[in-house]
Amino acid sequence: MRFVDEFRDSDKAHALAAKIAALCEPGREYKLMEVCGGHTHTIYKHGLEDYLPESVTLVHGPGCPVCVIPMGRVDDAMHLASRPGVIMTSFGDMMRVPGSNGSFFDAKAHGTDIRMVYSPLDSLKIARQNPDRQVVFMAIGFETTAPSTAMTMLRAAAEGLRNFSVFCNHVTIIPAIKAILDSPDLRLDGFIGPGHVSTVIGCRPYEFIARDYGKPVVVAGFEPLDILQSIYMLVLQLSQGRSEVENQYSRVVPPGGNLVALETIGETMELRPYFEWRGLGFISHSALKVRDEYAAMDAESLFEVPGVRVADPKACQCGEVLKGVLKPWECKVFGTACSPETPIGTCMVSPEGACAAYYNYGRMGRHRVVDVTIAETAAQAGTS
Amino acid sequence: MTSAQDERERQVLDRIDRARRRSPRVREERVTMSHGAGGKATQTLIEAIFLGAFRNPHLEPLEDAADLLVGRSRIALTTDSYVVSPLFFPGGDIGDLAVNGTVNDLSVAGATPLYLSAGFILEEGFPVADLTRVTDSMRDAAAAAGVQVVTGDTKVVERGKADGCYINTAGLGLIERDVLLGAAWARPGDAIIVSGPIGDHGVTIMLARGELDIEADVRSDTAPLNGLAASLLDAVPVTRAMRDATRGGVATILNEIAMASGAGVLASEDDIPVRPEVRGACELLGIDPMYVACEGRLVAVVPGNSADRAVSALRAHPFGEQAAVIGHVTDDQPGIVRLKTSFGGTRVVDLLVGDPLPRIC
Repeated sequence: MRFVDEFRDSDKAHALAAKIAALCEPGREYKLMEVCGGHTHTIYKHGLEDYLPESVTLVHGPGCPVCVIPMGRVDDAMHLASRPGVIMTSFGDMMRVPGSNGSFFDAKAHGTDIRMVYSPLDSLKIARQNPDRQVVFMAIGFETTAPSTAMTMLRAAAEGLRNFSVFCNHVTIIPAIKAILDSPDLRLDGFIGPGHVSTVIGCRPYEFIARDYGKPVVVAGFEPLDILQSIYMLVLQLSQGRSEVENQYSRVVPPGGNLVALETIGETMELRPYFEWRGLGFISHSALKVRDEYAAMDAESLFEVPGVRVADPKACQCGEVLKGVLKPWECKVFGTACSPETPIGTCMVSPEGACAAYYNYGRMGRHRVVDVTIAETAAQAGTS
Repeated sequence: MTSAQDERERQVLDRIDRARRRSPRVREERVTMSHGAGGKATQTLIEAIFLGAFRNPHLEPLEDAADLLVGRSRIALTTDSYVVSPLFFPGGDIGDLAVNGTVNDLSVAGATPLYLSAGFILEEGFPVADLTRVTDSMRDAAAAAGVQVVTGDTKVVERGKADGCYINTAGLGLIERDVLLGAAWARPGDAIIVSGPIGDHGVTIMLARGELDIEADVRSDTAPLNGLAASLLDAVPVTRAMRDATRGGVATILNEIAMASGAGVLASEDDIPVRPEVRGACELLGIDPMYVACEGRLVAVVPGNSADRAVSALRAHPFGEQAAVIGHVTDDQPGIVRLKTSFGGTRVVDLLVGDPLPRIC
């Protein structure tokens, strides 16, 4: 299939794997963080780690929209959904995220009107069909999904729809990366930059990582060869002692981002002074709220929201996993008390969550392709 | 350092394996949509609630049909309910689905399907013209499969208490061959075969709902598998197991094989037939075709040295022209299904917890 198969070519992967292995200095460890959950998903789904030498470790970052939603916000959403006359709409990913009293799915089984949508525009359709009900869209995600929420608000305003509102949980990636860089218990050598976020914000916002923290960043696409190539580019930078922002995903990511999308966000939303991230705590200027001009579409102004901070379950180590301090399987409850059927933490819910990805795709003894390649090369060298 | 880490990781994996073998328990207070999706939640509900209540040696293997000795006859008995939405879709409708689905459950038990029952739950206001369309299609499907609908039941519920029309069919078939079929009989070295391209039915239904604004030329693969299953058993009487890959798709069947046999399964993504239209739709939607339902495909386990004969026999039948070996049963990593990806890596293929596509059949 065009636009897919060429990015999953195993011959090219073998060639790149050999180049990465050749660049790695003996005795040196390379810890690279893929910031985006979409990358985590690709890495596991295609078995990409089989191509990496043992000295290259991928650390799964905080860029999974569902994973960073704190429990208190889920409870707030549940509270909104249970108000009389409200229809809550949500992306499917969010449906199984546990709050302190169960998930959207559980609430739905108890009769709360929660509907799954594929796009915020579907919520508008529901609002038009139910003029006597208030339709609240559970908005989540990074700069990738914020423009579609913003566009939907603008369209609702243009149509004069009075029964549509947004429970805004949009977050921004840069403050989270900065929080991770400043975290004392973490050692990273470089970043695989988020591709889809960068289509909106461009590559420049990452420059401080290369300049101030001396860590290379390569913005990467979502096919397995994209990621393998970006790992090669990172290891190359490290071997040459460079730290720069490079764009592997130039077929989609313009250096300056998408101005129209940014303007749309700016028109409808503004930065919150601070926002709680699951496992990472409060991070200042790290999330968006609906602008006062659009208060009529802000579920937080239309309804009383409890806004109670709920501590994560004690056993849950999502925070350490999100920061990349722990590998998913190193969490105390991983795979036993916390599994995709009975998730305790958010990382186990979304297919982009590091724990769910590892549990569903990576839970097995591994054979590294790269060792085989090296062994084959050595064997060929021996026979020739 | 790395080998110590590998050792710790292995210990964690063993611990998870033990946790997975514990007897299942339904933790939810109420039934959720996940319980009907054919994945882990469904399995838990069946094993904890239904098997808990009805446990007996006929039910326990949880095969598609029960294998019973009545007098001197060995018969297969099965039942299935159909709640598909929409009722009519490219390639079929709820009527032929209700006949073929039950015929197929009998066929993969090694039986010759003979008689069907049909129970209708109709919603007040359901157009009689639609009902006729459904029954016509059932009649034609029954004729094609060589079965008769010999008993039935009708209930009508108030408007809003059902979605148009639900159908339950039960089926009875005769097991004339001396076969011993069951996923538990799979052995390391056995080949796993699928009878044709996967995912057609699920993708068709998804697109027919019109919620996704994607158009593709796909049709449901709904078809009776009795002829195909008989061809396979004629060619390879030592076939170990057959399943029809409905809800949960081929991935779920592979997991059932691994769990029931206590062996591992290694499949190859490159060998699994998927139509380009289906693959394209799945790529766009972020769905893995391995989990998408088929309604006219069987998955068979045969001894490795019979694989070629089995594939030739299936390919000789019109419903099995694209049959292919997709993987093997292995003696390592028991209970786990692994997939060699097209990219060249290896990953686990687990059961899904829930299904993003409810009411597919």
